Amino acid sequence: MTLTRDGIAYRVARDLPEGSYVNLGVGIPSLVPSYVPKGRDIFIHSENGLLGVGPMSVPGEEDPDIINASMQHTTLLPGASIFDHALSFAMIRGSHVTHSIIGAIEVAANGDLANWMMPGDALPSVGGAMDLAFGVRNVFVAMTHVTGKGEPKIVTACSCPLTAPRCVSRIYTDLALVEVGADGLVLREVAPGHKVAEVQALTGAPLRIADDCREMDVPPVYNGVKLIA
Amino acid sequence: MIDKTVATCSEAVKDVFDGATIMFGGFGHAGVPGQLIEALRKQGATRLAIIQNGSGGGDYGVGGLFLDGRIRKLTASFINRAASTNFRDRFMKGEVELELLPQGTLAERIRAAGAGLGGFYTPTAAGTDLAKGKEIRVLDGRPHVFETPLRADFAFLKAHLGDRLGNLCYRYAMRNFNPVMATAAKVVIAEVDKIVPVGELPAENIHTPGIFVDRVVQVERDPHYFQPKKKAASK
Repeated sequence: MTLTRDGIAYRVARDLPEGSYVNLGVGIPSLVPSYVPKGRDIFIHSENGLLGVGPMSVPGEEDPDIINASMQHTTLLPGASIFDHALSFAMIRGSHVTHSIIGAIEVAANGDLANWMMPGDALPSVGGAMDLAFGVRNVFVAMTHVTGKGEPKIVTACSCPLTAPRCVSRIYTDLALVEVGADGLVLREVAPGHKVAEVQALTGAPLRIADDCREMDVPPVYNGVKLIA
Repeated sequence: MIDKTVATCSEAVKDVFDGATIMFGGFGHAGVPGQLIEALRKQGATRLAIIQNGSGGGDYGVGGLFLDGRIRKLTASFINRAASTNFRDRFMKGEVELELLPQGTLAERIRAAGAGLGGFYTPTAAGTDLAKGKEIRVLDGRPHVFETPLRADFAFLKAHLGDRLGNLCYRYAMRNFNPVMATAAKVVIAEVDKIVPVGELPAENIHTPGIFVDRVVQVERDPHYFQPKKKAASK
């Protein structure tokens, strides 16, 4: 039993403070808006020039000119704004966007992030990943704890080309919440039913166990969606 | 009397020459000047250097230019591997040079050209493969990469409304790279959903002032891209 993709998104969403301006990557991060606690105002930023992005469009009601950075038809909330690409990236590169929720291929113990290219990839694609990793202060990685082959994605040093050095502050996985501290990784929370030793065994870098390390507060089901499976 | 409107896309792109550098606005299907690009396919100019965010999809627009073997260089940030079959085929054969940039660096290099800057230093990409060969300078204790301005012979834009003075207004996410590209090319050509009389666009709702724009052509909404299911509200 581990957190589902929605379960990881739920846990990340709980940590976004009122008034945060949040950019979401593709995959698990894109699920985060459904789990922001009711009544908490956060603003979703999309690289292509939107701030205040709402839920995905209802099929049949799409506006052709309202799409997000993943090119999906979306909606705008009251108070949303539209701007050009230069201003959109000034928000990111000038550290006005407060949180980047982003996927990863690997994260190193010092916060190095690799998420744009595999070694030897002839045709890599970067998009806005580097701008986010360099410009945004709170870079939260949301990913599975291990690869499809069961290999750790949290490592002592990345083997893939870096997106940015020392940029990740927190790592949310299906097994744990790990904080990147000045002296290495700190295990803050463990998924329900799992043991600290188990998480360490699946992590490729040493974890210091926080004094107040606890079980994650994630319900098994939320609004009919399985968060633990 | 100034009149920047032209009747057809083919007339709007007739002076594009072999070897030209051209910026294409758009992100996803929003704000893409697809019909100007198709007119360019018919016009025939080749060995083009294209500056845009992505690498095109399918056989239409930029994908079609790759299919036709007309592009020698692409400067972009996002390579869509699944949809960009024509770009990928040409790239893998070594026929297309790729300059890959972080998306914000791409936008800012275009902005720098339009604003008359000689370049800028940014932390983005410092210490990564995308900074290889570029000047690094430590500012405030942090390594920065020097980036040069990116300018073009032509920019093709897509806007919602335009007038004969070249003023443009975009609907929602059509805006993206279009306003910044409008500032950075010698000849700026916009395809618009509708040309309106001068004075109809409220001054505070003009996103690209006519000073930047040379030609405006009215086209039907591109049947190739997603069609509005309900009436689109004009700004």
